[in-house]
Formats: sequence, C-alpha cells, structure tokens
Amino acid sequence: MFLTIDWTIILEKFVLIVVVVMGSLIIAMYATWGERKVAAILQDRRGPNRAGPAGIFQPLADGLKLFFKEEIIPNFSSKFLFILGPCLAMLTAIMIGAVVPWGNKLHLFNRDMSLQIADINIGILFVFGVVSMGVYGIMIGGWASNNKFSLFGALRAASQIISYELPMGLALIALLMVTGTLSLKAMVGGQMDHIWNIFKQPLGFLIFLVCAFAECNRTPFDLAEAENELVGGYHTEYSSMKLGFYLFAEYINMFLSSAVMVSLFFGGYDIPFFNDAALIDKLGLNWVTIIQGGVLFIKIVCFLIFFMWVRWTIPRFRYDQLMNLGWKILIPLAIFNMLLTGALVLLKQNHWHF
Amino acid sequence: MNITQILFWFLSVLAIVGAAGVVGSKNPVYSVLWLIVVFFAISGHYILMNAQFLAIVNIIVYAGAIMVLFLFVIMLMNLNADAEPAKNMNLKMAGTIAGMCLMLVFVAALSRSDEMNRVSQMNGGDIGLIGYLGKVLFNDYVIPFEISSVLFLSAMVGAVVIGKKE
Repeated sequence: MFLTIDWTIILEKFVLIVVVVMGSLIIAMYATWGERKVAAILQDRRGPNRAGPAGIFQPLADGLKLFFKEEIIPNFSSKFLFILGPCLAMLTAIMIGAVVPWGNKLHLFNRDMSLQIADINIGILFVFGVVSMGVYGIMIGGWASNNKFSLFGALRAASQIISYELPMGLALIALLMVTGTLSLKAMVGGQMDHIWNIFKQPLGFLIFLVCAFAECNRTPFDLAEAENELVGGYHTEYSSMKLGFYLFAEYINMFLSSAVMVSLFFGGYDIPFFNDAALIDKLGLNWVTIIQGGVLFIKIVCFLIFFMWVRWTIPRFRYDQLMNLGWKILIPLAIFNMLLTGALVLLKQNHWHF
Repeated sequence: MNITQILFWFLSVLAIVGAAGVVGSKNPVYSVLWLIVVFFAISGHYILMNAQFLAIVNIIVYAGAIMVLFLFVIMLMNLNADAEPAKNMNLKMAGTIAGMCLMLVFVAALSRSDEMNRVSQMNGGDIGLIGYLGKVLFNDYVIPFEISSVLFLSAMVGAVVIGKKE
C-alpha cells in the first residue's frame, strides 16, 4: 500500500497543534493561579504565596495533589460513560483552538507557516459546533454518576448552554452581515488597520459577552454547580484528576472564548495604533508576527482578568432569572440588533438613500 | 491509497458500526451516543465532498441540539433495565427480516439507477461552500425556502399552544 501524503504539511500542522494545545493547557493552569490572586486582591487577602515566589508554583502543586488523590468510581454508575464525561469536556474545550488565528505567518526554512491550524471556510460555525458538543461532556458525566444532584446539575448546565447558544448565534449573524465572511482569519484581516468590529457592533458584542459567560458556566451563571442547592453540581461524584479535568476544561474554555472574542471584536492579532503593513517592511515578517502574537496574548489576558473580576463582583443568578434573561431579554435584543444592522448595511450599499 | 480514500473507508466503517450500535444497544442512552457517532461519520463524508456548511449544520442541529433533547428525555424518563418489557424472540426475528428486505429493495433500486455510475467529486468544487449555497438559496430557490420557514414558524406556534397551561 503506497501512501501519497504530503508529509511536510502534516509535520508543520502537528507541531502547531502541539504548541497550541500545550499553550492552552499552560495558560489555563496559570489562569487558576490568576483567579486565586484576583480573588485575594478583591477580598483584601494575600492569596497563594507559599509555593515559590508569589505562589507561582501553586498550579503545579494543585495538579500534583489532584493526581495523588484516590480515584473513586461509584458502584452503580456506568463506568465507561463516567470516564468519557470529563474526557469529552476536555476534548471539546481544546478543539476550539483549531480555528483561532494566533498570528499572521512565520517564514521559516524557506516556507510560509500560517499560525492558524485550520483556516476553514465555515470558521466561526466550527466554534459553534464544538460548543454544542461541549454539552455532552457535562450531561454524560452527570448522568453516569447515578446521583440525583449530579443529574440536576447536568440538566441545568445543558439547558443553560442550549438556551444561550441562540442569542449568541443571533448576535453573531449581525456581525457576519458587517464582515461578510465566516473565516476568523478573514475577519481579523478585515479589522487590520481599520476600526475594530466592537465599534461597528457594540450591542452585538455585549450580547456575545454575556452568552460567553453563560457558555463557560462562569459566575454569575454558574448554576450548574450551585453548592448551596446541588451539593456540587454535575461533578459531585468525581474525584482526583477526573474532577481536575472538569475544572480545568472551564479555564480552557475561558481562555479560548476570550481568544475568539478578541478575534471577532477586538482585531485579533492587530497591533493597535500601528500600521502593521508598514511595520513588516521595517522589522521583517517574523518579528512582526511575534509582536502580533504578544499583542493578542495581552488582549486575551485582559479578557481573562475581566472574567475573574466579574466572578468576584456579581452574585449568582437564580435559575428563573437566568432563563428570563436568556429568552426574554437577550433574544429579542439580538433580533433587534440583527434587523438594525441589516437595515444599515442595506442603506450603506444604497449610498445612504432610501 | 491516498488520504481521501483512507478517510472515506474509515468514516464508512465508523458509520456502519455506529448504526449497528444504535440498534444493538440495550441501554437507550448508549443508543443515543452511537447515533451521535453516526452523525459525526456522515458529517465527515460531507467534508470529504467539500460540503462544509452542510457538515457543520448537521453537527450543530442534529448532533448538538436534537440529540441533546433525546438525551434529556431518556435521562428524565429513568429507564431501568428491569422496567423494560422482555422482547419477544419472534418479534426480533421479524424485525430483522423486515429490515433486510428493506435493504434489499434499496440496493436493487439503486443498482439500476444512473446515480450509481456517477462518481462523486471528492475534495473539490465549491458547491457546498456557504457563499455559493447562500446565493442559490436566495436567488433560485427563494420561494421554497421562505415557505419552509413559514412551516417552521407554524410548528413553533403549535408547540407553544400545546405547551401552554390552561
């Protein structure tokens, strides 16, 4: 059997995938440390400060602790699904990184290497597909635990994620009308050296942001694990690294949804106040790409800090409030935004004549 | 064998194994999960034919939304193994034979048709891409498209009427 496969591109993509996955994991690891530090600052405490300077090795210590804990699989649970749940949660969290453009391109070994794993035609819809798959990790885990509280938590989380996908999609339609493309790379390209999409779609961004919080199961929408009502939510029965996977998936989700939001609304790897094309002439392609990667990273960290800030500022919603907000406020608002944007786009095509 | 063929065979086997799993699983939750595997395999086939939009809509709508509703219903119904009525062996045999007959009819009908001689275009063509699809839908087929959306609206109104408390 003769295989006709272009090995260089497979190698190139493989390296990129490993870098992106490892990067997501490390950033998620330090997001847990960041979260504890932000919480400490907001509550006038010190936060983790024992492991290493300023507690910098705390995530490693936490990981070790989780690995060494006893793994418990409940007797009456379906074992395969019980293990599949956290794996699916982790898998779907990491997969979003495949379509995010992490930078322009590097010129190495006489070939251009795009810093996006896959520039697919459907771009942002892929993100939606993966997000809708994320429900299964939670539902399967909650059901397989064979525990009423877990099942309640799982059902809450699933209905929350499904409900908030709708306004998210509707807010996105308005953005797609403005950009005219689904590919994230093309969207970032359209914002390069132009105004960012946030100024064209402020309402759309607000709706998208609220929905992103709900999709990540973050406070104020973390009803899936409301301790005072549900013991521990869908991961009540989980212990050791399987619990760690669920908790970790949340941070990866947070990181990658920040990356998607930055790409959609805040210019992605665009360097603000500089003309990127002129910079490439001055510094060369590779250096500009590295700076762009750094700028993207700074933007993402700002979003992560915002996520944490909100978590320690706003109390948890009640479940009926959550559903009312999703179905009765965000969806009509998103439809209004869509109609308004459509009208404005049509007017602009008509050169501002009715 | 190039990479497209390898993927084609892999996805085909996955789809058939998944479909067998849907029918063969004792626990309905496992059936639903196998069905999701089948949807993924079929989406993979769409992608091989470069119908990316169709593939992702299949995943979002069927695997992502409808199957979640299935899971909801099955999990809340609390189907236990002992609560399920024992199935008659004769009934199983009859079902198998009926299914085989249906397959025979399909194969016989398809083997005579012209469609069999047409080889699908792999890994190329932009018919399945979203830009082309949108233009076709809103230029050539705009009336059927709008009528089907009215159908959806009426279904939604019907669901609300049925679900409303007296």
